[in-house]
Amino acid sequence: MSDWLGPEEWQALALSLKVSFWSTLLSLPPGILVAYALARWQFRGKQVLNGLVHLPLILPPVVTGYLLLLTFGRRGLIGAWLEEIFGVVVAFRWTGAVLAASIMAFPLLVRALRLAIEAVDPKLEQAAATLGASRPWVFATVTLPLILPGLIAGAVLGFAKAMGEFGATITFVSNIPGQTQTLPSAIYTFLQVPGGEAPALRLVAVSVAVAMGALLISELLARRAARRVAGA
Amino acid sequence: MSLSVDIRHSLGALDLQVDFQAPTGITALFGQSGTGKTTVINAVAGLLQPDVGRIELSGQTLYDSSRGLSLAVHKRRLGYVFQDGRLFPHLSVRQNLVYGQRFAARHGSGPSLDEVATLLGLEDLLNRRPGALSGGEKQRVAIGRALLSRPRMLLMDEPLAALDSARKAEILPYLERLRDRTEIPVLYVSHSVAEVARLATTVVVLEAGRVTRAGHADRILSDPGMVRQLGVREAGAVLSATVFAHHPDGLTELSFSGGRLFLPHMDLPHGTPTRVRILAQDVLLSRAAPEGLSALNILPVRIIALRDGVGPGVVVQLQIGEDRLLARITRRSADQMALQPGDAIHAIIKSVSIARTDVGAG
Repeated sequence: MSDWLGPEEWQALALSLKVSFWSTLLSLPPGILVAYALARWQFRGKQVLNGLVHLPLILPPVVTGYLLLLTFGRRGLIGAWLEEIFGVVVAFRWTGAVLAASIMAFPLLVRALRLAIEAVDPKLEQAAATLGASRPWVFATVTLPLILPGLIAGAVLGFAKAMGEFGATITFVSNIPGQTQTLPSAIYTFLQVPGGEAPALRLVAVSVAVAMGALLISELLARRAARRVAGA
Repeated sequence: MSLSVDIRHSLGALDLQVDFQAPTGITALFGQSGTGKTTVINAVAGLLQPDVGRIELSGQTLYDSSRGLSLAVHKRRLGYVFQDGRLFPHLSVRQNLVYGQRFAARHGSGPSLDEVATLLGLEDLLNRRPGALSGGEKQRVAIGRALLSRPRMLLMDEPLAALDSARKAEILPYLERLRDRTEIPVLYVSHSVAEVARLATTVVVLEAGRVTRAGHADRILSDPGMVRQLGVREAGAVLSATVFAHHPDGLTELSFSGGRLFLPHMDLPHGTPTRVRILAQDVLLSRAAPEGLSALNILPVRIIALRDGVGPGVVVQLQIGEDRLLARITRRSADQMALQPGDAIHAIIKSVSIARTDVGAG
């Protein structure tokens, strides 16, 4: 297997997995919060928040990438501040790829979570409160276990989206082997050079395999969680 | 322990304005649907904030609009049994039961899981999932779950309404045990006269958002003025009696303040206190002590009051020992017999007319 993929290809695969893993993990807490707010709370600017979350789904990815570069680049509003206060630079680093993937996958994650939260009967949460559970406890012991299938589905969808993210990533953090060259960027690069079809095809096969694997695992986990939630 | 409620609230067409006390025992909040019963119980639980008013439990203020005070739901420590059970589907019966225990731990001791499981007959269900329970079993688990959260009071919103009569009969004895063996006061919302007669120690009658009557269950149920509200076929007084003897011919003899009462056999040991509901339409009246009659229960009574009902009916309130009885007869009979308050007459009750479900623990 190690002979089958060249070192550059291995590097792209490993980086893509790393980026997708962190982007999924870091998106979950804000994703749950935003989905909960959209599903349950009434507040001013709800539609604005909803629009902002979904914007990356509609905008051309290159636009999202460019906007990220403007705000998180070293001279960008947030980017300059991040570097000054924390000494953190995300532009043209793998962490920037995580940020780009997170933003692009966020709408998918929030949609899945929001549907799951809306399906939880608020009467069950009320019952938990009458039994002495404070709000955080109600969330941890009733809401969260009940949305688990939706959470898994959303997370896997987000992971798959992050694996495939190309436009925003290449615009924001470029295509540096070992730093920001994810699977799609590597495929793109191979296709630009003569004789690159073979490695490109191998990476395509890997992409398909990873995506299928992720879907299968999520289906399995979600089914198990749904059985638990159904109480049978 | 005593709950006092004095609230006003507008909700759609309902203009609620109630003021009542619920002492130890089971206080039934009785009324037809749409009279505001659930609104009241939700206000007590904290699931709804009334427009104006105060709610206190044994001196502690749960809600006071004038001070802008409303204790959070989870801090009120009121066990709420909902009409639809609301068991947590992702937890086993055992996990459902102990759910409230972890939050109640700092409030001293309470009944153990074993005690509650025995009280409610849940021993064999502990490892099951809520989805695999019958409606009656679910409600018993919901009651147990509320009890184990060590509540200062139990709130029950028509806990039997969603069940068929067999399941109701299965749960009623558990509720009686709860009433007779624990000190926890219960606020019990119901529109079923049979349930109220079986369980309630205090009755608060709600009509279109107002309390029209409140007091001891025996007095309210034997009030002729309640007949219209209870419905002519449902109205009836409750007698407190004890099991006196079982006869070989299949009858059980009860003793009460007004004499003896023969009923179809009841599987209860000697000396068991019971409550017997006698429907007003099952009571006949006679001036002379009748002879050669098939009815076994012929009891001397004194007329307290007569009250015209709907249509051709008259409701007669009777004193029988220290208890009261209601009889529903026609206006014509009352006139022919020239019944007057104070008259000593006889009440006749057929043994078999008393439904098994109308006899409960007292």
